[in-house]
This record gives sequence, C-alpha cells and structure tokens, in this order.
Amino acid sequence: MNFDFSDDQKFLKNEARKFLEAQCPTSRVRKVLDEDAKSYDEDLWKAVGEQGWFGAAIPEEYNGLGLGRLELCVIAEELGRAVAPIPFASTVYFLAEGIMLAGSEEQKAYLLPRIAAGEVIGAMAVSEGPGVTTASTLQATVEGGKLNGVKLPVTDGDIATVALVLAKENGKPGLFIADLTDPSVTREALKTLDPTRDAARLTFKDAPVRRLGEAGQGFDLLEQINDRAAVLLAFEQCGGADRCLEMAKSYALERYAFGRVIGSYQAIKHKLADIYVKNELARSNAYYGAWALNTGAAELPVAASAARIAGCEAYWFASKENIQTHGGIGFTWEMDCHLHYRRSRQLSLVAGAPRVWKERLVSQLERRNAAA
Amino acid sequence: MDFKDTPEEAAYRQQVREWLNANAPKKREGEPDPLGESSDGLAASKAWQAKKAAAGYACITWPKEWGGQGGNPIQQVIFNQEESAFPTPGNPFQIGLGMCVPTVMTFADEETKKRFVGPAIRGEEIWCQLFSEPSGGSDVAGARTRAERAPDGSGDWIINGQKVWTTGAQFSDFGIVICRTNPDAPKHKGMTMFWIDMKDPGVEVRPIHQMSGGSGFNEVFFTDLRVKDSQRLGAVDDGWRVSLVTLMNERLAVGGASGAGWSAFLESARQTPGLDGGAAIKDQALREKLADWYVQAEGLKHTRNRTMTALSKGETPGPESSIGKIISAVQMQELANSAVEMLDQYGIINDPSLAPLRGAFQASLMSAPGMRIAGGTDEILRNIIAERVLGLPGDIRVDKDVAFKDLPTGR
Repeated sequence: MNFDFSDDQKFLKNEARKFLEAQCPTSRVRKVLDEDAKSYDEDLWKAVGEQGWFGAAIPEEYNGLGLGRLELCVIAEELGRAVAPIPFASTVYFLAEGIMLAGSEEQKAYLLPRIAAGEVIGAMAVSEGPGVTTASTLQATVEGGKLNGVKLPVTDGDIATVALVLAKENGKPGLFIADLTDPSVTREALKTLDPTRDAARLTFKDAPVRRLGEAGQGFDLLEQINDRAAVLLAFEQCGGADRCLEMAKSYALERYAFGRVIGSYQAIKHKLADIYVKNELARSNAYYGAWALNTGAAELPVAASAARIAGCEAYWFASKENIQTHGGIGFTWEMDCHLHYRRSRQLSLVAGAPRVWKERLVSQLERRNAAA
Repeated sequence: MDFKDTPEEAAYRQQVREWLNANAPKKREGEPDPLGESSDGLAASKAWQAKKAAAGYACITWPKEWGGQGGNPIQQVIFNQEESAFPTPGNPFQIGLGMCVPTVMTFADEETKKRFVGPAIRGEEIWCQLFSEPSGGSDVAGARTRAERAPDGSGDWIINGQKVWTTGAQFSDFGIVICRTNPDAPKHKGMTMFWIDMKDPGVEVRPIHQMSGGSGFNEVFFTDLRVKDSQRLGAVDDGWRVSLVTLMNERLAVGGASGAGWSAFLESARQTPGLDGGAAIKDQALREKLADWYVQAEGLKHTRNRTMTALSKGETPGPESSIGKIISAVQMQELANSAVEMLDQYGIINDPSLAPLRGAFQASLMSAPGMRIAGGTDEILRNIIAERVLGLPGDIRVDKDVAFKDLPTGR
C-alpha cells in the first residue's frame, strides 16, 4: 500500500508553500480584493510561471515539465491555502486539460507550449444564466465556424486570451476554442462573491472558433474536463479548509472570554474537531481522485465526484465556522476570514454546484448497482 | 501513489493466504456468532485461535518468546484483511489480547506473565476489562469500587463494588479491574489495578438486557472478593497510569461501526415504491443523502488506506485514524432511519421474515445508539481530537485537587 505522495512530491509541496508564503501573503490577495481595476495579481502570475507550474503536467514535447498530475495536485493545495488571486485553475485545470484530453495535434502544438510559457490565460465558458446549463437550455450557436451568444459568468473571462466555449452546431452541443482577443468578442467585468478572482460576461458576435473534439460531444467532453478539474479544485479546497482550521485554532488559543481561552470550551473544541473530521474526509477523497486522475482509471468519474462533494463541504464548513469561532472580529473586512468564505463559494460553484455532482454520483452508483 | 503491496508485503500476503487456505474454515455453520457467545461458538473460536497461535498468527507483532511472530503492524493488517475473506468464528479474545494482557505484560512479574500470556494467546483463557461503573463511563477515574487491605495483616485486598458494560464477562476466565484504594487522595491518585479470577465466588456476572434486545455486555458485582497483593498491577494508588496503558491499546482495538451501509440503502431504494409510484431512488432528497453517505464511507476507506500506508513505511500513523467512529456511528444511525422511513408505514415492522434485507436496517437502527457510546462517546472522541490532535486545552476540572471522598456525586 502506497496511498501517499512521494518524497519528491512532498518536497515540491513544501517548496510551493515557501514560495507562496513569500510571494502571496494575504496582503497581496487584498490588493486584488480592494482595487476594482485589478483583476488578478500579474506579478504573482509571472512568478508562478517562472516556477514552471503552468506546464507541470504538460508533456515535454510541448515544452512542459512532463511531470504527472500528482505534482499538480500538491501545487493546487498550496494555491488554495494561499487564496491565490490568479487564473491558474482556468488556465491549467480547464483549458490545458481540455486541450490535452481532446485537442487535435495542431491544437496541442499551438496551445500547450504557449500555456506552458505563460503566454495564454484560459477560461471555461459554459453558463448562460441562472441554473444548470443543459442541452435544452443551451443558447450559444456556431455556424460556419462563427460563434454567437452570451456567456456569464465566465471565471477569468475579463483577462483570458483563450476560452473553451460550450455551444450548439447544427443542433449538436460541442466545445469550441475561441480567441478572446478577437474584436468580435466583447467583455464586461462582473461583480462576484469573490472579487479576488476575475469574472466577466462574454458576448460573441460572429467570433471565429475551432471545434475541440468531435461534433455533438460537447457535454461528454465537458464532463471529462470537469472530472479532471474537480480533483485539482478539491486539493485547492483542502488547502483552504486546512488554513481555516489553523486560523480558528490559533484564535481559539489566544482569545479569552469569561476568564479563560475560548479554546477550552467544548462548544469551540467540538466545532474545531468537526472541522478536522470533514477536512480529513475531504483529503482522503481527494487523494483517491488524484490516484484516479494520474492513472487514468475508469473510476475517475466516481472518484472525482466524491472528491468534489467532500471538498466543497469541507471548505464551506471550515470557512463559515472559522468566522463563527472568531466572533465579531471575524465579521470585519480587515480580518482574512472572509477571503476563505468567498473563495469557498467560488470553488464550489465554478465547476458546477455540489448538488449537480451528487446527482451525477448517484446516477453512476445506480448504474453500477443495476449492472451487478 | 498506488494500492500495491511492496514485494515483502506481497510475499507475506501470499504466505498468509496459503496458510488460511489450508487451515481456515471454508463455510460457517448456522448463523454467524460474532462474539462466540454460544457454547458451540466459543468452542469454535477457541479452536481457531489455537490454530492461529500454533502458526504464529495469533499476535503477529508480539515477540517470538511470547508466542508472537516478531512481525510489524502492516503484517497484522494484511493477516486481518485476508482472514476476513474466510467465515472464521467470532473473536472473543480481542479485548484480552489487545488490552488486558498487554497491561499484564507491562506491569506484572515474570512468573505471572509466564502463567498467563501463553494460555491467552492460544485462546485457552479469555480476559475481560472491568473499568466502567454505573457512576461513570467516560469518567473512568471516578471509579468507586473499593479495594481495602484485609484486616488480617496478610497483605491481601478485599474488593467490593460494581462494574458495568463489561464485554464478554460471562465467558471470561480473568479480568483486570481498577479500584479505589485511597478515597482521601484526589481521584486520579487513589486508584489501583488488579488482575482477578472471574470464576471466584466473590464475582457475580449478570447480563445486561440492551435496548437492541441483545446481551453482549454485563454487570459485574464484587462481594468481599479476596485477592493477593501479588495480583496488583503497578504500584498502590498508581492505577490511573496503568489504565492509560490499557486504554492506549483500546484506541487501536475498537474499530468503526458496521451495519447496513450505502449500498444496502441503494439496493433497497431501487426496490421500494416512492412518492409517485416510481422507485424511491428517484426521490431527490434521498439521492442527496445517499451521495453524502457514499462520500463519507469512501473518505473513511481511503483514510484507512492512508493509515496503512504509514504503517507500510514503518511510520506511526497520523491522527487521521481517530475520525472513524465519529463518522461511522452517526451515519449508521441516520442511514438506518432513512431506510426505515423510506418504507413509510411498513417501516415499523421489525420481523426479519417481512422486513427488507431481513430487517438489517431495523437492527442497525436499534444498535446504533450503542455504537455512538461504546469505546468513547461522540463527545469524548471530539474532546480527544480537540486536545490530542489540535492541541486545545483540556477542560477546566473541578475534581482535580479535591479528595475523592469529598467530590459531589449526584445520582
């Protein structure tokens, strides 16, 4: 049994933590939070690129580092812990994974080296309005290689250069690669619950696009990309949730009420124990997702669903109970608690809400049970 | 990252598998008897234990001189995994070999160790642990059972009092018991541990009729039970420290709750009519719960895999292994209740010939309250995580520096 990261991967994680502690203290995150004109931390983005993280999982033939997905998992955990205000997930977990999964040789040769070099910021454009986007609600259309439609919210849509867009072509849903720097694309920044991450409304008017994968495969591909992203996002959630527990614990040990530290009251001790339990469940599920992702196992859809559901639950619980443990001071803008509360919402919604994943998980368990 | 054995582990697993194939029973006769409570079951359990001991598999990590194999924890885990694939009889030796005998081995003299360790490992003698009392379960240091020096100057001790929730007392040969020896000292400083002969006329065992209908536990009464001073384990009034050694082993010995789980629920929900005449599994509320239970169960499974990985590398497992029962016992209760409510009015029927899955959910529902209490209540386990894992302070104690006899007692 070797259900753990290797020493090399742990070393990388440790290095990533040191790097982000130096380059991404919450004072830097707050600059993106507080300054409306700032959509992301460009200096951090460049520094992360210099670490080679964009290309960590991209094969060497496309100028990546050619490491596995496990290396990406440990990096993701540290980015989540640091609440990093950069478009890493959009670019690396969604765009790069999508191209590696279904891109033609030409698409790979064009995009992957540029992603690895930090010349591309990615985005995933699926949602068009309130509720779940399905084949029957999907409005965006492609005709003769031109895309028309409106997508919102698109995470990092205001800063991205390339997007994967879900749209119908001849009535069949497909995923399309769009160049967002083209004048046919209009962007409007959106206010979101998590201003430390960028989001936009994208309007496409006869925008030139190239299809990714086969016609009619849009939702299948989207699910496969989401599975991959879900595992990596789960590591970000584990990192954030563990940081919340540390913050809550450290405050509970220094804050006095009624003549003793609040960490000596069972109401607080049991709350923190509950956070710990959820965090460990999330971590164990994320590890299994990492294994399935790295080996391309057939269990990936089930493993990714479990990792996502546990990750969403853990980070949500830890981020809200961290505020509760802090009491009034935790409700102030100056305390960092709300950075995690906000990010936990962003991470829970970005690849589809937990309820969607629960339904997907149970459908798969049902099929398995019926087949047995 | 993978789930494979190391070459050494694979070789050991192969060796265990071959031995089990040659020696383990292939088919269980009649209903399973998890504790080996019936006399037939007990005889089968003892015979299987003797076979394991003769081959060195009874306590794999113990030194060879004490009947073990001098093996490592991962080998014990591998043996348990392989053994669970066979319909072996119940294991009434766990408490003795997991907690009592290690305490005897730590604190008794050579002669006593030689007398007891062999018969225990071979399953010839069964041990029970006598800690909980009617006045205190979680609060072990509140023990009121008295041990006093015999007035005849022999140095013997006379024990009077009552223990409760003693697993397996009805078929145990020996036990370790914690007693109050100095009521004038603060509670933690006035207790002493002894080993006792459960067949002594001064010991009376009465089964407890549990709310689930079963009787796996007992009350044990001591009336002028006379023990030699040589039966003392550790120093006089130092029993608390001795009990910590025993309980340290308990954390390793008490596993998670089992019972009907998510897959039984799914199976049942596919076959039970739901709100609109379709199967109950179409109910969105049930689907979300099912997803949550699956994710919890998977989380625990892979937490065990992480623990095993640490053992495999020769490391001490991290604190994550402590979360098991908190999750599994509550889930057992909630899942059983949802399964019963899914049956609507029919759910009240607790007859194995009528209830789905032979009444497994009803049985789970009725035993779950005990799972949330045994081996550390939900609340005590949260305290343990908060204090030992997260390093939060212990509770403020009002009973620490007060003589035991002056403590308020309530009912």
